[in-house]
Amino acid sequence: MLEVKNISFVADGRKILDNVSFRLEPGSFLVITGPNGSGKSTLAQILMGIKKPSAGQILFDSQDITEFSVTERAKLGLAFAFQQPVKFKGLTVRELLEIAGKNVEGVLTKVGLDPTEYLDRELSSTLSGGELKRIEIASALAREAKLTIFDEPEAGIDLWSFEKLTDTFSELRDQTKDRSIMIISHQERILKIADQIMILEKGKIKSFGPATEILPKILEGQK
Amino acid sequence: MRLSEEVKQIFCEVAELTEIPAGAYNFRVNGKSVGRQSSENIDIKPKTDVSGLEIYIKADTKNEIVHIPVAISVTGIEEDVYNDFHIGDNSDVTIVAGCGIYNCGGENSVHNGIHRFFIGKNCKVKYIERHLGLGRGAGGKILNPTTELEVGENSEATLYMEQLKGVDSTIRITKANLAKDAHIVVEERLLTHGRQTAESVYQIELGEDSTADINSRAVARDISRQKFASCIVGNSRCRGHSACDAILMEDASVLAEPALDAKSPDAALIHEAAIGKIAGDEIIKLCSLGLTEAEAESKIINGFLK
Repeated sequence: MLEVKNISFVADGRKILDNVSFRLEPGSFLVITGPNGSGKSTLAQILMGIKKPSAGQILFDSQDITEFSVTERAKLGLAFAFQQPVKFKGLTVRELLEIAGKNVEGVLTKVGLDPTEYLDRELSSTLSGGELKRIEIASALAREAKLTIFDEPEAGIDLWSFEKLTDTFSELRDQTKDRSIMIISHQERILKIADQIMILEKGKIKSFGPATEILPKILEGQK
Repeated sequence: MRLSEEVKQIFCEVAELTEIPAGAYNFRVNGKSVGRQSSENIDIKPKTDVSGLEIYIKADTKNEIVHIPVAISVTGIEEDVYNDFHIGDNSDVTIVAGCGIYNCGGENSVHNGIHRFFIGKNCKVKYIERHLGLGRGAGGKILNPTTELEVGENSEATLYMEQLKGVDSTIRITKANLAKDAHIVVEERLLTHGRQTAESVYQIELGEDSTADINSRAVARDISRQKFASCIVGNSRCRGHSACDAILMEDASVLAEPALDAKSPDAALIHEAAIGKIAGDEIIKLCSLGLTEAEAESKIINGFLK
């Protein structure tokens, strides 16, 4: 479903991504990990069209989407949960989620928020960072996209919510056969539910393969 | 009562009126009252010295609405209108004002509405004022509202003031004097476009244990110009907050001049002001949900001005 060919990204004369290539089949559950500054978030943003690659090509369902806008990619079936949730003065949780999809109450429940309490709240500083982050994740879930990318979903979330979130990701993996999930994460709990793991280092793929092979190496390296 | 289509449109947009309301009302069209009704608790009388109304609301009046919309549908009218509201103790009432100018001619049409509120004790007063300009004539559509409030002890005044299209020039002045334990909340929404100018001035005097919460949200488009100037004066133990948020588009400009004047060490006063264009990440977020950039921008503006 996704084919990334020789993607490079240069910013301020520095190569953030260096010739990255990989394929993702439908129903994949990939976690991309690696040190800070390894290019993980840049890769995610390039896939969604938020950043333009300096070189390379992206195919989605065999279609070249390299020059496609964020909107066009969203309409084709890509969804993205931002690392830093965006605030909107005047827009309510309900309005945002209704733009995203139909199951507005269901996705809020999935991220541990009570719809009756949150749907009519404004997406402003009246909500805490953790609440905004969970709503951000809910908005990506509501898309029911072919490929949903979560950029560090654990950032800014308390431990209890994070555990709930990993359960949600596990359910997603088990329930959807054709839809794929890509998560940028450092968290062992997330790595443990992955089918595939990619390690990025200095803008290059250091390892990429089944989680059963890669995870033991990561855990070994942490000792 | 026969009303032209233009006037009907104005009354619908500024006062959400599609038929004659139950309860007290006064319809002013092109400088004259064309319909008036008092109710058992609300008495509306014309002023005898100047143009305008004396509106008396009896003490203990509950859940009643007064409609006093104004329409100007001809070019070249300039009017000063003085409406005084005398609101008895323990009342809970809503006042729907608002003015629209339909100007298809070459001369300016101007409405200067001066509303004074004398609010008794333990009242809840909601005031809704929408302003609108229509018609493609070269003449200006100019609306200058002045709202002055004396808010009695333990009373609450809530003001919704909105001007979203077509008004070429406006100077909006809101003054309030709050007695002990009184509260005022203001929600202002302004949108200017083309060469329009808008100035919004607040002067709020806070008495003992009173509170004020002033929220102004504005969008300035094209080459329009806006100015927001507020002053909250804390004369004793009190709480005051004002926020001015403005979105700039194209070559528009906004000047915010917030002021806080704490005359007591127990006055807690806060001001927030933020002016800038729509944040790029807001647009990207909505695009990632499938909206085009234009749809995203419209969604953000409409939400902001709600």
